[in-house]
Amino acid sequence: MPRIFSPEEISEVLEMLLFQDLDIRSVTLSLNLQDCTSGIKNEILSCIEGKVGRYSRKLIEAVDNVAEKYGVKIVTKRIAVTPVSIIVEPLARKSFEEACAIAVDIARSLDRIATLNHIDYIGGYAAFVHKGFTQGDKIVIETLPKALAATQTVAAMVNVASTATGINVDAVIDVSRKIIEIAHSTPKGIGCARFTVMANAPEDNPFMPGAYHGLGEPEAVVNVAVSGPGAIEAAINRLGEKVDMRTLHDVVKRTAFKITRLGELIGREVAKELEIPFGIVDLSLAPSPKIGDSVARILEAMGLEYAGAPGSIAALYILTDAVKKGGTMATSSIGGLSGAFIPVSEDWGMSRAAEVGAINIDRLEAMMMVCNTGIDMVAIPGDVPAETIAAIILDVMAAAIMLDKTLGVRLIPVPGARAGDRVDFGGLLGSTIVMDVPRFSCKKFIERRGLIPPSVKRLDKG
Amino acid sequence: MSSRVGEELVVISVIGADKPGIVAGITAVLAKHNVNIVDIAQTVVRGIFSMIMVVDLSTGSISLSKLREELSIRGRELGVEVSVNHIDVFRALQRV
Repeated sequence: MPRIFSPEEISEVLEMLLFQDLDIRSVTLSLNLQDCTSGIKNEILSCIEGKVGRYSRKLIEAVDNVAEKYGVKIVTKRIAVTPVSIIVEPLARKSFEEACAIAVDIARSLDRIATLNHIDYIGGYAAFVHKGFTQGDKIVIETLPKALAATQTVAAMVNVASTATGINVDAVIDVSRKIIEIAHSTPKGIGCARFTVMANAPEDNPFMPGAYHGLGEPEAVVNVAVSGPGAIEAAINRLGEKVDMRTLHDVVKRTAFKITRLGELIGREVAKELEIPFGIVDLSLAPSPKIGDSVARILEAMGLEYAGAPGSIAALYILTDAVKKGGTMATSSIGGLSGAFIPVSEDWGMSRAAEVGAINIDRLEAMMMVCNTGIDMVAIPGDVPAETIAAIILDVMAAAIMLDKTLGVRLIPVPGARAGDRVDFGGLLGSTIVMDVPRFSCKKFIERRGLIPPSVKRLDKG
Repeated sequence: MSSRVGEELVVISVIGADKPGIVAGITAVLAKHNVNIVDIAQTVVRGIFSMIMVVDLSTGSISLSKLREELSIRGRELGVEVSVNHIDVFRALQRV
């Protein structure tokens, strides 16, 4: 009888699982909470606590069962809910202050349920303002610092730009001021790690802090985020230095296929256990602060001294393109961001590259052309003015709408810190040096306010 | 590659410094629970013992998680690393 699998095939999979940190970064349950919309505080809170509590308990049980059955590590369990701006909309009839207080209570309530049920993050403290504000949006943006300071697990996102509508500069200014407020409301500014500013935020994103339950989604759905940069790095290292670019691309593609297949298997099984639909696999390889779990190290394995060195955009292009092509073959349920992540503090190699000066804001802005990270988990000095933060966000948003893609900005102005200081955020958030920010003035430009119109790409859609 | 109806295949891998009694120690756990070995491959390279088995849980009286637990304990006693994974993981990664 022929072997079911050759020992080499089995060893390869085991090596990936046991030694190359191939795991499932997150199973994210995306949950509709539009039925919790109300003008009465207690109605909202009891609806949320009942529904999110019920699904949380089921999610934990299902994830634990599947991890146990397959012997695959599932690192985090997360929930994404309907944007809170929609849930609080009826509260706008009350005074703004009262509505804001209730919004913070909703954040506390979500946090309580998550903590009680061992859910790692709960996303959806979100607002969509790429063309303008509703009262609900204003409530969410106003309360970002309080909601993040009062919670440990709540993740927040504001979508300020879209290919179809352009960039809402007023919103960019508002969130930039809020970023500074969040930084001053939480130790080391760490609350900013749970807040991202986005363009074209996808409805089925399993990654935090950008995850929310989109309006086109079903009642409840399971989305999966894979990890496994270590497996790609190992595959490239096995190739050695003599192989050409096409072979390199091919090996990344084949390895990405395997990584994505694991995500698809686990996602479908968790969804089956929960008796809800399976949504998507996000092909992006989530890195972590562990040395063998780094996207930057993939670029370095390709032959660069550090991520950020000349050649990094081409190397990152090879990675992103090969991951997409391998992933496409592995699953027909692609969604989320599905590119490559290079968050600075969360990726061991990115953090080291920032330390030696190979990675700076300029390099990140260049690299985002070929991935979908934008400027992520970058610590900056605490005294950077709001208009400079706004201008950095505007640059990323402009790239996103011109390239018709998703990009985000997650900046952490660390109070009291100067460029070159080291800051440790702990756990998956990692540690990094505080990055210098250009000090040239952009104040007059930012203060023009208003909307930047969409690009001609908008006309392609007509 | 296709499995028979009712089969519940699991891959067991054992790795560690070679010494007498590893195969006997591991297979004794399987025999105790009436778990059938479907395929087995074993090598020793430079003193490192490596064994991969595909076993069928459907003939036996033990769940996958309980088997993992027992084999991990036995592995510790023998000074070897044991991993136990459902075969669907290998199907997903190694077959289109």
